Amino acid sequence: MTTAQQTAQAGVLEKAEGGDLETAVATIINPLEISRIAWEGVVRNKVRSLLTMLGVIIGVGAVIIMIAISAGTEATIAEQIEGLGSNLVFIQASFGRGGAGGGGGDQVTLVYDDIAVVESVGGVAGTTVDQTTSQTVKAGDVTLTDVPLMGTTPDFPEVRDVAVADGRFFNENELERSTKVAILGAALAEQLFGAANPIGQSITVGTTKLAVIGVADEKGIVGNTDFDSLLYVPITLVFDKFLPTQFRQFAGDRVRIIYVQVEPEADMELVIQQIQLKLATSKDVTVDELPFTMQTQQDIIDTEGATTEAFRNLLAWVAGVSLLVGGIGIMNIMLVSVTERTREIGIRQSVGATPNDIRLQFLTEALMLSLVGGLIGVALGVGGSFLFGSTSDMRTVIVPSSIALAFGSAAAVGIFFGFFPANKAAQLDPIEALRHE
Amino acid sequence: MTAIIKTEQLTKIYGMGDIQVAALGGVDVQINEGEFVAVMGPSGSGKSTLMNILGCLDRPTSGHYFLAGQAVSGMDKVQLAVIRNQRIGFIFQSFNLLARTSALRNVMLPLVYKRQGQLSPAEREEKAMAALEAVGLADRAHHDPNELSGGQRQRVAIARALVNDPVLIMADEPTGNLDTKTGNEIMGLLHKLHERGRTIVMVTHEPDIAAQTERSIVLVDGLVAEDGRSQPANAQMMNAK
Ligand SMILES: Nc1ncnc2c1ncn2[C@@H]1O[C@H](COP(=O)(O)OP(=O)(O)OP(=O)(O)O)[C@@H](O)[C@H]1O
Ligand SMILES: [Mg+2]
Repeated sequence: MTTAQQTAQAGVLEKAEGGDLETAVATIINPLEISRIAWEGVVRNKVRSLLTMLGVIIGVGAVIIMIAISAGTEATIAEQIEGLGSNLVFIQASFGRGGAGGGGGDQVTLVYDDIAVVESVGGVAGTTVDQTTSQTVKAGDVTLTDVPLMGTTPDFPEVRDVAVADGRFFNENELERSTKVAILGAALAEQLFGAANPIGQSITVGTTKLAVIGVADEKGIVGNTDFDSLLYVPITLVFDKFLPTQFRQFAGDRVRIIYVQVEPEADMELVIQQIQLKLATSKDVTVDELPFTMQTQQDIIDTEGATTEAFRNLLAWVAGVSLLVGGIGIMNIMLVSVTERTREIGIRQSVGATPNDIRLQFLTEALMLSLVGGLIGVALGVGGSFLFGSTSDMRTVIVPSSIALAFGSAAAVGIFFGFFPANKAAQLDPIEALRHE
Repeated sequence: MTAIIKTEQLTKIYGMGDIQVAALGGVDVQINEGEFVAVMGPSGSGKSTLMNILGCLDRPTSGHYFLAGQAVSGMDKVQLAVIRNQRIGFIFQSFNLLARTSALRNVMLPLVYKRQGQLSPAEREEKAMAALEAVGLADRAHHDPNELSGGQRQRVAIARALVNDPVLIMADEPTGNLDTKTGNEIMGLLHKLHERGRTIVMVTHEPDIAAQTERSIVLVDGLVAEDGRSQPANAQMMNAK
């Protein structure tokens, strides 16, 4: 037979039997089937698969728990700041800007009489002020040292959102006269008097005897202040008895902070501007020279937010590293698996599996390992967050997007680290794979 | 007469370094549709090498190979995989079944990788079951290979080779790992397939087995030394003396 004859014969046969090869090559086999084959690979070695997933499980679980803790902390902080009272502006002397006016001007500071200036601004609902110091307090045979003394005004419970549980707060009259009365924080009352009723009892603060007229409700720690351990007294009493300075003779009574409650419908920014203007006028300086900082709750929330932001970045690193380790674990086991199953690969190739079929099979297997690991990790993370929140005093809030993020990263890790072993499997030669022992 | 297999100067050279082994030194064979051919020859003569190339598991170093008229010697890995799936059923000496996988699922394997006229899982199972029935193993469909005897395993492998309705069945020493009685059972099966019109190429060392085929090709040192009607077993033994 001549070559021409053969070619002619071949052509005829090709029409009859072949011709559809290109279409066949381009056709992909059922993805469900690939998934099934891959899944069989995962469940065949259950213990090993589980150990392989461990890195991803821990990574994903840790991410969710840590984000839950950080979100919980953030929520607590936000609540505490809300608990400062509503629509508050804090006016504080800023230390860094002391000598702004130059010469005698550096005596510009926040004083008790500034309250009157602030209150004259429209939109201001109320003000209070505090000046703190610490004193030794005696009641009967109980002596407590370094008790924080909070000198303030009668508006304090309203502006700072502190309720009086028993008795009453002091009034304007008592403030003006520096009456020797005190209100105890809940924990302080407990420490000084135990179960006995403190109202009407007297305590000795430093060398001064005060009458207890009220006990505050529990409020807990807000900002950096433990409200329950405070001893509230009229601020005038603090100026007279506990913080006498040379300074008050010519500048007035220095205060630490003025709290301004703004009316809900008032424009916060506008009120702040006007307060600054009036204070500056009363002190005879320009607004820029005014050595005070004006902070709103939002400012404080933002500051706290920056702290948690840093914490979150750290978490992201921890998560990244654990997922990386998990991914390397998957790659390692997949490489072992490809070597172990070389013969299986050869058998599949001999009955028609293409390199792509094999690649997809192992890639899917790696993806499944990481996804199942991710799923277990999510369960562990959510469960762990609940457990952590309920057994410790740390609060946890499960963030749904953290679950999606963790799961998504796990999947990405599976595909990324599964690719090299899957490619290795796909490139095996059928004959060599079949000969593999 | 339709040529299922047609080769021209097929060579296979192993070891591209200093020591080169010419496993095939230029083989020309033609096998027609419906033939039952035995490939014989001493160990190392290149029988398996030839079978692997004819079975599209391997590619020749040079030469041409037409399978049912299609030039497969120049095809790439993917095309060869598709050809293996569509056209060829391979039976190995060592069965090559997937471990821890039921006989049924082993037989279904070529259908899983079928690209054209993809079958539903139910259809696949039905076809595989029919193939198992054809080799008399329907009752063992759900057993894993390690629960089957050697003969049964080889029958599963034959069912797998059959299931996709290939034009060509290649068998490299299918009875090599079996005792005479079981080997004869397997031969009985292959005869049945041949009677139904299948083209079978089979490597064997046993003259008894070769004698049952129509045609014997004897390879020596990678070349066709003899090609003709299979002789009765006793005649071959006399030739060997
Ligand atoms: N992968 C390989 N690398 C190098 N040489 C090989 C390889 N495969 C086969 N050979 C060589 O090619 C020659 C033919 O081998 P082949 O396996 O085809 O022999 P055979 O006829 O099937 O032998 P047997 O009857 O023992 O199965 C032998 O010399 C063998 O050593
Ligand atoms: Mg051989």
